[in-house]
Amino acid sequence: MTMPLLQVQHLHMEFKTSRGTLRALNDVTFDVQPGEIFGIVGETGCGKTVTGLSILGLLPQSATITQGRILFDGNDLLKYSSKEMRKVRGAQIAMIFQDPTTSLNPVFTLGKQLSWVIREHFGISEKEARLRISQMFESVGLPDVERIMRSYPHQLSGGMQQRVMIALALACQPKLLIADEPTTSLDVTIQAQILALLKELCNRFGISIILITHNLGVIAKTCDRLAVLYAGRVVESGPTRDVFKNPQHPYTNGLMRAIPKPSRHGERMEVIPGTVPLNSGDVVGCAFAPRCKFTMERCRQETPTLEAVGYDHYAACFLREENRVG
Amino acid sequence: MRKLEFLIRRLLTSFLVLIGVSIITFALARIVPSNPAALYIGPRARPEDIERVSRELGLDKPITVQYIRYMKDVLHGDLGNSIATKRPVRQEISGRFPATLELLFTAMLLAVVIGVPLGVISAQWQGKWVDVIVRTSSIFGVSMPAFWLGLLVQIIFFRSLGWLPLSGRVDSDLRFTNPIEIITNFYLLDTILTHNWIAFKDVALHLVLPAFTLAAYPIGLIARMTRAAMIEVMGQDYIRSARAYGLPNRLIIYALALKNAIGPTLTVIGLTVAYSLTGAFFVEVIYNWPGLGLFTVHSLLNIDYPAIMGITLFGATGYIFINLIVDILQAWIDPRISLN
Ligand SMILES: Nc1ncnc2c1ncn2[C@@H]1O[C@H](COP(=O)(O)OP(=O)(O)O)[C@@H](O)[C@H]1O
Ligand code: SF4
Ligand SMILES: [Mg+2]
Repeated sequence: MTMPLLQVQHLHMEFKTSRGTLRALNDVTFDVQPGEIFGIVGETGCGKTVTGLSILGLLPQSATITQGRILFDGNDLLKYSSKEMRKVRGAQIAMIFQDPTTSLNPVFTLGKQLSWVIREHFGISEKEARLRISQMFESVGLPDVERIMRSYPHQLSGGMQQRVMIALALACQPKLLIADEPTTSLDVTIQAQILALLKELCNRFGISIILITHNLGVIAKTCDRLAVLYAGRVVESGPTRDVFKNPQHPYTNGLMRAIPKPSRHGERMEVIPGTVPLNSGDVVGCAFAPRCKFTMERCRQETPTLEAVGYDHYAACFLREENRVG
Repeated sequence: MRKLEFLIRRLLTSFLVLIGVSIITFALARIVPSNPAALYIGPRARPEDIERVSRELGLDKPITVQYIRYMKDVLHGDLGNSIATKRPVRQEISGRFPATLELLFTAMLLAVVIGVPLGVISAQWQGKWVDVIVRTSSIFGVSMPAFWLGLLVQIIFFRSLGWLPLSGRVDSDLRFTNPIEIITNFYLLDTILTHNWIAFKDVALHLVLPAFTLAAYPIGLIARMTRAAMIEVMGQDYIRSARAYGLPNRLIIYALALKNAIGPTLTVIGLTVAYSLTGAFFVEVIYNWPGLGLFTVHSLLNIDYPAIMGITLFGATGYIFINLIVDILQAWIDPRISLN
């Protein structure tokens, strides 16, 4: 394997809240290869968004990273000053968010918003910037460039707005794009179009994409590799094909069964009973134990760590080990 | 098209509100003085005089006829004659209004130029000492009564330091040395137009204390409003996005965020302008400022009802006009407003 573009190693992060410390990320470890689409999946509240924000250095002030490294092209981003980090954002790593309708500034035209970003990073004239924008719009499949440049966000549909967000993010040719639930707020046909667009951009420009979603089905269609996050911890990671064929963690299994399947009675899916623990700092043993079908005595006392279960395939569960022993 | 529709609707409602105000003031002015004609003539009126004047003023007609007659005159720019000065109310108002407007305008300029940046800085350093200082002083600005503040700054800057004049619009000696040539009746403007720099300086110095006294409340209010709006806006998704694209902090705060935050602030600015119109009357009394406020006080004391009605109508028009401008500005800043 080549040198990874991004390596997140043993990342621990916590929030200071009025009710004390809330541990949001626990020993998160994964890496992203150049030119691949890497999926991060987990239920709401598992820490997907805060993982993305950590990479970008955009965590709220109440958050502290207590341990770990985030290596980008071999450099530890956590050691960067805020000024250096600003140069990384947009130009090296960009991020788009779940809801395009709230992520664009409502009181400026899209042309204005785009030209700010481009001029900030390239220091070029308004005219050159506009040329670049129209190229960007074409590559994300937006027609009628002039009209869109003159529009305000609310004048576009959600799907169009998400395309504009992607164009904005790509405008500075970053090496890594973090897409946080980019299709969750869009309807199904538009979802497919946006995912296809991300895949195409990845092929065409050779950028890496981290695709964050709560829907494992989206990952199956789009990603090369993935990490499954539960309660701020990576519980399984590996190549998409291997993980789907041979899931090694009961949570991954549950997520797979939760993928909506078309059937005679419309969509049908199972849900995993129970909820994600709010504060993984309080948890003793395996965080999934209260919801797991295979919970053993050991699961309530020790915390499982990621172990290799195949080539580039890791899982954090005692089940396999116990079966081997027993 | 939608903007035009919006404008027409606003103009229409403004017009209706004005009619309402005119009816109410008219009714009050007819009900409150027991006998307007007697007031008009003075204390030594004989019954036959009162009857004659009643006829002359049309007071013997039904009240609706009186109102229609009054409104007809108003629309022709005739607000009747002041009982106290016997001169047309319109003349009294237009002669004094520039002084009030100059004071009001300077104060509002101060309020915006000081209040908005204070609010932004305060939001930017939320919870830090700068924020604490701004918030404490804005509470002072908002809660200190104008006459008290006026007195305080007069004592400090006139009595103790001797830096600024006590009251009035201009030093009376100037009449002999550098007389102001009246063009617009806005002294600052007139002295600039005639290159009368000595008088300009004197006029500006006379403005400082009253304008600041009048501005204290709006400064505090605008700073607080701007701070709250900025904090709210800075937590929005689009600000996080702007950061994710690597835009610099300065641009994010002073352009991206401020334009979103200025909407609610603008409403407050509009309200305070309207409110300060009343505030200006107090300040004029404190500083002996020859504007509408002083005239209003005299009119009230004399129950000079044509003058009071004229001032009320004039003030209401001003108030509605300011609100209209605020609405238009908001629609212009926020493209979404015209859609609703
Ligand atoms: N600003 C914050 N303050 C305190 N806790 C937060 C904050 N943002 C997120 N969290 C907590 O961190 C955890 C992970 O949140 P998040 O990354 O948004 O989850 P996901 O994106 O997977 O749905 C959640 O428990 C959430 O409550
Ligand atoms: S470690 Fe135990 S509780 Fe946790 S997932 Fe594996 S079997 Fe279930
Ligand atoms: Mg999220």
